[in-house]
Amino acid sequence: MTVTKTEAPVTTASNQPHGEGEPAGSARSERLSALIQQHGALAVLVIVSLVASFSFDSFATGDNVSNMATSSAFLAIVALGMTFVIITGGIDLSVGSLFALGGVLAAWGSRYGTLVALLLPLAVCGLIGVVNGLLVARSRLAPFIVTLAAMLGARGLLLAVTDEGAETFLIGKGSLLAELGQGTTLGLGNPVWITLALFVAGAVVLRRTRFGQHVYAVGGNEDAAALMGAPVARTKILVYTLSGLLAGLAGALNAAWLASGVTILGNGMELEAISAVVIGGTLLTGGLGYVSGSLVGVLLLKVIQNVINQIGSLDSSYQQVVSGAFLAVVVIAQTWLGRRRQLM
Amino acid sequence: MAEATTLRTAPLDRARVLQWLQTYGVYAGVAALLVVNVVITPNFLTAENFRTQAVQVAPVIIVALGMALVIGTEGVDLSVGAVMALAASVTALYLGYGLLPALLAVALFAAAVGLANGALVALVGVQPIVATLALMVGGRGIALVLLPQLEDLRNPALASLGSGDVLGVPYLILIAAVLALLVAFTVRRTTFGRQLLAIGDSRPAAQLAGLPVRRVLIIVYVVCALLAAVAGVLATARLQASDPTSLGNLMELSAITAVVVGGTPLTGGRVNIAGTVAGAVLIQLLTATLIKHDLPPSWTQIAQAVVIVAAVYAARGRGRR
Amino acid sequence: MAPPAEVLAVRGLSKTFPGVRALDDVDLTLHAGEVHALIGENGAGKSTLIKLLTGVYRPDAGEITFQGAEVSFATPLEAQKAGISTIYQEVNLIPLLSVARNLFLGREPRNRFGVLDIARMNSEAEEVLRGYGVRVDVRRPLRTLGVGAQQMVALARAVATDARIVIMDEPTSSLEPREVETLFSVIRGLRDAGIAVVYVSHRLDELYAVCSTVTVLRDGRRVHHGSLAELGRLDLVSTMLGRDLGEVRAEGLTKFSGDHQATDSEPVLEAHELTVPHRLHGVSVSIRPGEVVGLGGLLGSGRTETAKAISGALPVRSGRVTVAGVPLRGGSAAAAIRAGVSLLPEDRKSEGIVPGLSVRENIALAVLPRLSRFGLVSEARVDSVVDTFVTRLRIKASSPHQKVGELSGGNQQKVLLARWLAMNPKVLLLDEPTRGIDVGAKAEVQKLVDELAADGLGVLLISSDLEELIEGSDRVVVLKDGAVVGELTGDDVTEDKLMRTIAGDTAATAPAAEEVAGDG
Repeated sequence: MTVTKTEAPVTTASNQPHGEGEPAGSARSERLSALIQQHGALAVLVIVSLVASFSFDSFATGDNVSNMATSSAFLAIVALGMTFVIITGGIDLSVGSLFALGGVLAAWGSRYGTLVALLLPLAVCGLIGVVNGLLVARSRLAPFIVTLAAMLGARGLLLAVTDEGAETFLIGKGSLLAELGQGTTLGLGNPVWITLALFVAGAVVLRRTRFGQHVYAVGGNEDAAALMGAPVARTKILVYTLSGLLAGLAGALNAAWLASGVTILGNGMELEAISAVVIGGTLLTGGLGYVSGSLVGVLLLKVIQNVINQIGSLDSSYQQVVSGAFLAVVVIAQTWLGRRRQLM
Repeated sequence: MAEATTLRTAPLDRARVLQWLQTYGVYAGVAALLVVNVVITPNFLTAENFRTQAVQVAPVIIVALGMALVIGTEGVDLSVGAVMALAASVTALYLGYGLLPALLAVALFAAAVGLANGALVALVGVQPIVATLALMVGGRGIALVLLPQLEDLRNPALASLGSGDVLGVPYLILIAAVLALLVAFTVRRTTFGRQLLAIGDSRPAAQLAGLPVRRVLIIVYVVCALLAAVAGVLATARLQASDPTSLGNLMELSAITAVVVGGTPLTGGRVNIAGTVAGAVLIQLLTATLIKHDLPPSWTQIAQAVVIVAAVYAARGRGRR
Repeated sequence: MAPPAEVLAVRGLSKTFPGVRALDDVDLTLHAGEVHALIGENGAGKSTLIKLLTGVYRPDAGEITFQGAEVSFATPLEAQKAGISTIYQEVNLIPLLSVARNLFLGREPRNRFGVLDIARMNSEAEEVLRGYGVRVDVRRPLRTLGVGAQQMVALARAVATDARIVIMDEPTSSLEPREVETLFSVIRGLRDAGIAVVYVSHRLDELYAVCSTVTVLRDGRRVHHGSLAELGRLDLVSTMLGRDLGEVRAEGLTKFSGDHQATDSEPVLEAHELTVPHRLHGVSVSIRPGEVVGLGGLLGSGRTETAKAISGALPVRSGRVTVAGVPLRGGSAAAAIRAGVSLLPEDRKSEGIVPGLSVRENIALAVLPRLSRFGLVSEARVDSVVDTFVTRLRIKASSPHQKVGELSGGNQQKVLLARWLAMNPKVLLLDEPTRGIDVGAKAEVQKLVDELAADGLGVLLISSDLEELIEGSDRVVVLKDGAVVGELTGDDVTEDKLMRTIAGDTAATAPAAEEVAGDG
């Protein structure tokens, strides 16, 4: 993304009457660490993709790529919201449930038209996001416990809507909603284009608006941000609302793609989203992060999943093992890089 | 002056009420639920019912004990459910060699997960949520790789562990009670317990005071994983089947809830074992009440979510000093 | 010239906390272009007064008139918007955000599409900061700047928000002398622009250098106000302490007795060529039993790092430490403590005390394994150790079970000393042992250091308080840029010599020392 380029840490040997006068070596290693932190995932993605396309004939085919892109789209939308939350130093564990709930609500609402099918999940999931935000920001409860409760509550709501999970709502063929989820434009699925548009908007909001500055400020140093006039509580409420809205939207689009509101989806999706965000270079401690990185993180996860599927002989449970191991490796690398840059 | 005094006493009283609620609220809640159930639930006051409730809550209590220790160090362990599933798989795999070898194998696997968690947190310096998240995903993955689907277990020793009793008290309950006493004693009376609390309260200060911070943290995560494994084995024994797909699902949530409802602050530095046991009982009674009155699972989950938020809300003053 | 307008008038301000009358009927008047010193011991009510002015607390009684109108701020933000900005001791900015984004947070320039105009923001930030002597790439994260430069960014931010009053709460506590000079020139600029400055500091030299008027608080009351120049240095101290002038003269400003019986015995601690990348370059220090060795030098000269490297809290790349001839395994605080080396850290609140635990548990924390058998704590033995030290160090707590976080700074420091003394150490490393504690406790701690040295302990003393360093030490090792540049012994242990050693070959005069001499 070009927007992040302007912020690349440029260290000039300028005359610094007040700088601590760091040695050139440490500045260089700082820059290198920053570079790895920001673009390391991209490099790994490129390498893995290249290796995979040489190893498996079916990897670099148009079908497979288009498939991967579409299946990445939904996770990517969820990860976009998660990026905002994590940059404020929070975490949102409710997104998996909200994703499932959004899908069910969209499928249920589709009988009243596409508008209802899209607005209903946004309204409900957005509202749960608002509640999360209020509890975190106003009541100052720990984000992980609040959103863990919301994850449970949203699951409960989903069961209540679907007659304890017994009923599956379908989306009629040929409706605008189905077209939104299943149709393609210029060879790529519509959800992919929607995702790309959301990420461009997300990047602009994060780097180029006051709200975005507040997101970074709240995550970087909450007390200082409050003293500097940043609306801390409002910012937090907004990011959790945004996360809820995006999870609901992703669920709705996914339901449109599948043509039904599948109730058992979204289990463990919060973990995938968090992994993607962290892999993308966003600090879990808050204050530093990139929307573009999260997109790369999602793609990396999906490519690895695809490779495991290509191997074929491997059970799908290996995906979980690999994901867990990968997350561990990434956080170890991040912690190490972060310590070099003295962020922690 | 009179005005000043009333102004001063009012918030003090509220603070005192809040303090009382934080310390004894969980016991009051258990008592209230008991009374309500005696009145509205038929056949509540029977030994059989109490036995059932206790057997159901025992694994949660055991997991929550380990969770309480981890939370006391200002950490959290999300991998406990995965460890339970892993324990179920490994039990099924090694039961052919006899119960004892199977238990040893389970302990080894669990200790390895705990060690990985502890090493990530204590040596690498990863946030506990993320470190244990990795093991939560990976741990269940391993459990499923080892044993892809539910498997019935026929082993008399295992069966008696799950359903046997001493003088009418099931082994499950006895084991949970003994472990609770052991953990409470460790927290109160051992150097390890004191060091754990100091580390949870202020890790840099504990480090500079020469405490073995890394060792204590690693041991805490290993103990938590071992306790989760015990719960996993007991649950498997009761089911007489190994079910790595669903065993321990959302257990991390139940355990954290029990700990928090029981008055242990998430900010570390304090551990309340009696409260943790009462917290687990409270959640169990609440769920049982809803189920006995034919409320669907959806309502149970929503109610649980509300209780968690209410408990954390009530406890929030404590974290601030 | 017309008399400058009155910007702020505070009348009869009072604030009571449960059990404490923190501020009692205090008046304060500020005029445009006035630099006003606000001084008092810890607990005198300075910070309460500041917090009342900036909307952190609400007063119980009294009124605040700001620019002719009575005001009542609900939050610091409201006060800031009205024109009262505060610079805190610790820099309150966002470390990971760029310098420019920090400077403009909340009032960023936007282009016609409503998004931030990054180029304009950066160029404006560069220009503004140049006025404060800060020339850096404003796109860098704030944390890559030195503390002094960060402080300047905070100041620039405060002033840029149309402040009429700027309150500075110990702004120089982490600045180097040349940075202090820049700060002073900025303050003079503010003064000339008609902005009123409230300057809180414990450093008397600074007050006399930059302030014109003074308010002295003691026990929540205003005990003196007026022109600072008319108030002599010793008068100021005696007013602040509430002690007789003669008493202050007779006792000096510290409680040290003077020289110790520095024995000629073998050193109890020898640190040899300690090297930590970018921090220390081959620092060697040795301490004999019964000797207090001072570590002199400016902020950032490597004093704290030396103490931490010796105590194992900071891993060294090379060099070795021996305690009573036995080499110490590096990089382990626990190993150092076992060998008898204890560090009283500079940052008492976050690295020293364990705030949520009781006085009893804090004192017993390090010694616990020795009071236990098979990992089981002997409560009786803990009690006896705790009783001994609470009595010996006169620790004031409602009971041994009171949380340490609730104690005053001085008592917290004593609890930490008790923690180490219970270990029966051979060497104590004291990093700013009396910073931020009130004068009474300060004197007690100083006396205690004396006693411990007399008992045969080796003591390494780090202090920014020159009087304390000079009067307390038998020998001063002077550091500069992470290396030893000199050592003062015997009669050479004077402020003047110390300043000259720090200044090095340039043979600069020592203004602080001269002012002390001229004022007495």
